[in-house]
Amino acid sequence: MNYLLELLSEIPDPEIPVINIVELGIVREAKMISDREAEIVITPTYSACPAMFNIEEDIIKLFKEKGITAKVITKISPIWTTDWITDEAREKLRVYGITPPEKGSHEDHLNIPKKCPRCGSENTRQISRFGSTLCKASYQCNDCLEPFDYFKCH
Amino acid sequence: MFFDHANHPAPDIQHPTITMNPLYNYILKLADDTLIFGQRLGELTGQGPYLEEDIALTNIALDYLGQSNNLYKYAAQIQGQGKTEDDLAFLRLEKEYLNCQLSELPNGDYANTVLKVYFFSLYQKILYMILTKSSDEQLAAIAEKSLKEVKYHYTHTSTWIKMFAGGTEESQTRLKTAVENLWEYTAGMFAETEGETDLGHLGIAPNAQDLYENWKFLVAEDFRNFGMEIPEIEFMQKGSRTGYHTEYFGFILCELQYMQRTYPNCVW
Repeated sequence: MNYLLELLSEIPDPEIPVINIVELGIVREAKMISDREAEIVITPTYSACPAMFNIEEDIIKLFKEKGITAKVITKISPIWTTDWITDEAREKLRVYGITPPEKGSHEDHLNIPKKCPRCGSENTRQISRFGSTLCKASYQCNDCLEPFDYFKCH
Repeated sequence: MFFDHANHPAPDIQHPTITMNPLYNYILKLADDTLIFGQRLGELTGQGPYLEEDIALTNIALDYLGQSNNLYKYAAQIQGQGKTEDDLAFLRLEKEYLNCQLSELPNGDYANTVLKVYFFSLYQKILYMILTKSSDEQLAAIAEKSLKEVKYHYTHTSTWIKMFAGGTEESQTRLKTAVENLWEYTAGMFAETEGETDLGHLGIAPNAQDLYENWKFLVAEDFRNFGMEIPEIEFMQKGSRTGYHTEYFGFILCELQYMQRTYPNCVW
């Protein structure tokens, strides 16, 4: 991993602090354009994700500390997909209590049980298609009875 | 908040510049729809019928605002007058907003709100599906991004309509009343902005009439599945997308623009 990506990996997602913006697939490109200037291309997750504003500020701030001026470019195409979340980050999500999104599926359907991140049971039910943030839906495990968040396929 | 009037003069909204660029008008109509719909749904934040649905409606409202932000940014770029998404969203006059009248109607009861979002979601879904193939690359990208979100809204609201239709006498009566109240505004979603037909010839935007027929067909199909029928009334409200609004618009616009008037030049 190059130095810039390593640096960017220090920035956590503001809403899910266990994963960073590189493994979430938000950072698409990072390169030095001169000695003290870097160009970072980021792709928003959801059109209205409030975390994106913070992320841009976080990047500029962190690079400034290293003496680099960061130019952050937001590109929506190709559009972000949950498939870009790395396997490592998926596991981090699960340990944190959020069931990671299934790969290769962009449409989310009702009544497909999600694996409980705590006990691993698939005997779960959807409480709501929407959750505390745009990226999550609310579920409950019928075995251990704990409610949990599911990271929606997108 | 300190405001430096000398360096940031108030925008001259007394003499708005009329932009005749058809693409600008078209993007603006899409942006205004989602902005006003988002603002209207946002009124229910903290007031939803129960916690999960309160959160769901707020999530949908937020998606709308995000979509409008992307669209306004692009519109400002097309206009090329150095304006920002904030200028376009908050500093235009009532007559300059091109949103459909459906988007500005009051929330009403829960059946009314859900049905309104259902009608709009299905419209957005088929619109964005076509726009992903638009010859305008930026519009295609915004459409592809938004499509994922509106598909979700459609599934959510159609699930509710199905439940209302197959529910109690009370839920059926309320749904029927909502259909009667909203139907005459539905054609307005498909009303064209100035120059929109030309965009169709360029492969930028779909033909509005085809889109309308497609939408009506799909609503009729859904309604049949729900054990309902679409109304036979021919009358449709006119004036959508021309700057003529319903009596409710002035109020929602006042509230929407309040922050910008109170703290001029505050940003999104």
